[in-house]
Amino acid sequence: MNVFDIIGPVMIGPSSSHTAGAVRLGRVVNKLSDGRIPARVEITLSGSFAQTYKGHGTDRALLAGIMGYHSYSPEIRDALMIADQKGMQYSFIKENIRDAHPNTASIKYYTEDGAEGTVQGASVGGGNIKVDHINGMRVSFSGDKNTLLVMHEDKPGVIASVTNIMHWQYEDLNIAGFRLSRQAKGGEAIMTIEIDGNPPDTLIEDLRKLKYISNAILIRKL
Amino acid sequence: MLKYESISELVKAAEDSGEKISVIVLRDHAESMEKSELEVYERMETDFEIMRHSIEEGQKKDLKSMSGLTGGEGYLMKEYAQREDTLCGSFISKAMSRALAVAGCNAAMGKIVAAPTAGSCGILPGCLISMCEDKGFSEKEVIMSMFTAGAFGMVIASRASIAGAEGGCQAECGSAAAMAAAAMVEIMGGSPLQCADACAIAVAGQLGLVCDPVAGLVEIPCIKRNATGLVIAFSSADMALAGVRPKIPADECIDAMREVGDALPAALKETAGGGLATTPTGLKLREKVFG
Repeated sequence: MNVFDIIGPVMIGPSSSHTAGAVRLGRVVNKLSDGRIPARVEITLSGSFAQTYKGHGTDRALLAGIMGYHSYSPEIRDALMIADQKGMQYSFIKENIRDAHPNTASIKYYTEDGAEGTVQGASVGGGNIKVDHINGMRVSFSGDKNTLLVMHEDKPGVIASVTNIMHWQYEDLNIAGFRLSRQAKGGEAIMTIEIDGNPPDTLIEDLRKLKYISNAILIRKL
Repeated sequence: MLKYESISELVKAAEDSGEKISVIVLRDHAESMEKSELEVYERMETDFEIMRHSIEEGQKKDLKSMSGLTGGEGYLMKEYAQREDTLCGSFISKAMSRALAVAGCNAAMGKIVAAPTAGSCGILPGCLISMCEDKGFSEKEVIMSMFTAGAFGMVIASRASIAGAEGGCQAECGSAAAMAAAAMVEIMGGSPLQCADACAIAVAGQLGLVCDPVAGLVEIPCIKRNATGLVIAFSSADMALAGVRPKIPADECIDAMREVGDALPAALKETAGGGLATTPTGLKLREKVFG
């Protein structure tokens, strides 16, 4: 913590949790789709998000984040209009997501080239977020650090092969947080690795070449 | 390295080196952030400029919040402050108008600097911009004092809380007023101990203040509490400068804030489940916005 955590952040109001945090959740989608604006998004709002989104501009904030704006961008106010201009269709559904944090949103997105994905996360206060699910798989990260998502088969040695590359080819990469979740033993699994320092894009290419790994995504610091 | 875990540590460090608290905090931050003092100072200067801009936005006549429940408070108070017979006097009335303006700017989805939160973002700029504009202190002196404000806020965040959901409004507007009071004492030439005294008086003056926003929105009563909080900041700073000592030291006041915050029921901690939020009129306003 430093003085700029106290006097700051600079943000568009009115609420750090319902506005600034919502922008950051939207930005996860922006990072996952490599900055391309999706053709369509369906956003499910749960709990307090569902109850109060209009008064807090949560809907505008989520769309702004998806389009790549920051929590300090004045464009948040006009995000509905900007989405229309950029040809991004959007819909909001109010529905309780079970066992989710009170400020949770689930964003389903469809890109022009037919790809789709889902991000579910919560705004946990002070503009901070926690991403809970990506494409239906359980993850846990805050976006404060560069975060690596590695989808793979649940086989012995896969974690070692990933961390070996990180250490031997990219020595500066220190792991700050690690989580593995899998659907079933031997089934589809996902590693969430939070990293200090700034990994180059080649890391992703190297990881994708490894045995048992189906995909790797780097979500750069939000 | 400073630890920012107690106000007494800050006071002692400043007394030992014979410098202002802001000077040692800036130096300490430059070291830990691995930047030059000038770079760190310039970052604070940017925040100060944004605060000034939020005031301009918030004093516009037709400003309306997103929900439509509030707006125009900064403008009305600014107009009123031009009269010569305001009860608080022109200086405080103008400062109140600035606090209302920044909080109103926030409610209207304008750009603000959380200080320490969005809900309490009007108090520090209301105090500090007024020290510049109406008391004639230099921008440099005022921007430097923001390091003292920030350091006091860090101690409050680590010993108690700055989140309404954890500690009620005493943690938001209470912390903001304490930070502003300490900063203004420093600007006025008070000693480090007097900064701590102002912080203690401001915290003690708002102990128990609940967070009960109507409809859960950062508007009612948040916007006006920025103005009342600002007045507490000025009165606390003046008492400290006059030599009126708090009987309970700042660190113990902050610890009491934590204890009181823990004891507050959830209904009074940003859930809109009690206080003004559940008054008949509060519920009616909620209905009006959300149906």
